[in-house]
Amino acid sequence: MTDTTTLNAGPAAEPAGIETMPMAKALNAGLRKAMADDPTVLLMGEDIGPLGGVFRVTEGLQAEFGAKRVMDTPLAESGIIGTAIGLAMAGFRPVCEIQFDGFIFPGFDQITTQLAKLTNRHEGQVQMPVVVRVPYGGHIGAVEHHQESPEALFAHTAGLRLVSPSTPHDAYWMIQEAIAANDPVMFFEPKSRYWPKGAVDLSGNPTPLHTSRVVREGTEVTLVGHGAMVSVLLQAAEIAAEEGTSIEVIDLRSLSPIDYGPIIASVQKTGRLVVASEAPGFVSVSSEIAATVTEKAFYSLEAPVLRVTGFDTPFPPAKLETLYLPDADRVLEAVDRALAY
Amino acid sequence: MSYTDATVQLLNEQGALVESDASAEFLPYVQALSDDQLREFHRHMVVIRAFDNEATNLQRQGQLGLWVPSLGQEAAQVGSGFAARPQDHIFPAYREHAIARIRGVDPLDIVKLLRGTTHGGWNPKERGNFHLYTLVIGSHTLHATGYAMGMNLKGESGTGNAGTDAAVITYFGDGATSQGDVSEAFVFAASYQAPVLFFLQNNHWAISVPVSTQSRTPLYLRSSGFGIPGIQIDGNDVLVSYAATAANLAEISSGKGPRLIEALTYRMGAHTSSDDPTKYRTNDEVEIWSRRDPITRFETYLRSRGEGDAFFSDVAAEGADLAADIRRRTLELQTPSVDKMFDFVYSDPHPVTAAQKQWLAEYDASFGADA
Repeated sequence: MTDTTTLNAGPAAEPAGIETMPMAKALNAGLRKAMADDPTVLLMGEDIGPLGGVFRVTEGLQAEFGAKRVMDTPLAESGIIGTAIGLAMAGFRPVCEIQFDGFIFPGFDQITTQLAKLTNRHEGQVQMPVVVRVPYGGHIGAVEHHQESPEALFAHTAGLRLVSPSTPHDAYWMIQEAIAANDPVMFFEPKSRYWPKGAVDLSGNPTPLHTSRVVREGTEVTLVGHGAMVSVLLQAAEIAAEEGTSIEVIDLRSLSPIDYGPIIASVQKTGRLVVASEAPGFVSVSSEIAATVTEKAFYSLEAPVLRVTGFDTPFPPAKLETLYLPDADRVLEAVDRALAY
Repeated sequence: MSYTDATVQLLNEQGALVESDASAEFLPYVQALSDDQLREFHRHMVVIRAFDNEATNLQRQGQLGLWVPSLGQEAAQVGSGFAARPQDHIFPAYREHAIARIRGVDPLDIVKLLRGTTHGGWNPKERGNFHLYTLVIGSHTLHATGYAMGMNLKGESGTGNAGTDAAVITYFGDGATSQGDVSEAFVFAASYQAPVLFFLQNNHWAISVPVSTQSRTPLYLRSSGFGIPGIQIDGNDVLVSYAATAANLAEISSGKGPRLIEALTYRMGAHTSSDDPTKYRTNDEVEIWSRRDPITRFETYLRSRGEGDAFFSDVAAEGADLAADIRRRTLELQTPSVDKMFDFVYSDPHPVTAAQKQWLAEYDASFGADA
């Protein structure tokens, strides 16, 4: 353990229990717990200090842990990731906030050529416990570069782990698990889900980070998605149930690696799979799942695996986003097609 | 394409000590050097040149995929390398063979990288805090800055204890100064007053592009706009390279923030073995710089101090021995275990690499013992 006696360890953890809070607050609580538990955890990013980040995820943390551990950085994403790499080499566990999905690309080189490869380059003798938090996705009516879903670009890079919570409870636990991981974790936060409240069991044992989970049981069609898409899938399942169709919904949670166990088990039961995401479908996480499930569960499938995704266009101006982003109706259209086979 | 009034020098091109107002602050560092230390400077420059020459030969003979010659840059590297203290960390680019050897890296580990048996593979903590080569130009200057920020956070620098206060040196070239990462490293280093020395070897060429295309401003002035003082030294003068580095490291690690040294030197060889310098630069220019050769100059200086033939032939023999040793061990290098392709992608267990490793093993085994 690095000697960090000069750093402010912060107060002890909150008492446990179930609390209702939005995802932004759950992330804040998870970060606070991680920082209190481990003095090597540092937060870095633009506007994360007194402002608490543009989504207020880090609100109050600089006041609590000091400016050395919650660093308002210069406005330079490559600099944030690159210096986080050096800090990780020096024994810290940096958590970097990227302000918006579309602004991660100045840091893309450091993430893909350095962060992802340095452990391999050192033949395991240097670890890279760096978390990169990325608010991502649409539904918020924002301007260009503020509503994208770039996860496939990172999923294609060996050496990175990718996760995305869909609920406040998962956000609270998954951010702590990501920080505890000894590898770089890209932590995709569905920004349209920052505000809806949900129950967070602060005392519960966390589900392992890289596991997918059945969030609604059903028998006729399986729907898989991650992040904000999970609530759309649950909405679609509810509508379908009213129409007499039983749908199982799986929250992917981890995009790399993908936990296929619950997905394969579900497809063996339902015989039909629809994979949905906000990201463009071409060479996507959805494509990867479609290909792998076809390979692993071919004889269980009654229909081709269908994808419902954003279109292969740039994310459109906000007034068109409802046509770009898959909604419950588009998901159900695919469900109908799957059932027609 | 020459030294300027700003270029600080202690040993001129004729191998004589010179004094000037600009170099006065550095002279005490040189006066404190023992004869043995001066001999070590020379020994390391000669031996690494022999190694570099042999590696070039090995590449030409098809034994290395690529070689990155350090020919001509020995003084910039050996002087600064000896100024670094045990507690300091060094983040190199990919041509710093002399510094690697000074800090305890086996030169064969560099050969392995260019033969294609590793991507680096050494643990910096076991090699004098000499970090891995970085091939993406300028990327490592941010890692160096981050490491230095960590030194501040951990109280390893700026405590007032000159014996233990640490700093980071990062090496990069004139081409790298055009990279955004180098500018961002300047910004972060200045903002957080990180204890980092930016050691810029201006060897005048970024493959085929001259430094005049990278900058219309002398590069030692570049950092001052970021709030980082810079100086320009004669990079082919091992004494000023040593003294300026030592002086700056002392300042930096005492808590006075980052500094930049621009060492004017010249890449006498090609950028890499894949390159043909006759296509883009003149013989006249090469000739000018060959007259500034760092080793010839320092030999003249040592002889003027009474060093005899025996030492110089001893050093030459040591260089030849290292070259022969490297040749022998290069030819003995084995193809690495395929496990290395999978085992270090992640630190924690990962189902995909584990499954693919197992698949490849079973696929290989399917061909039977004759495969």
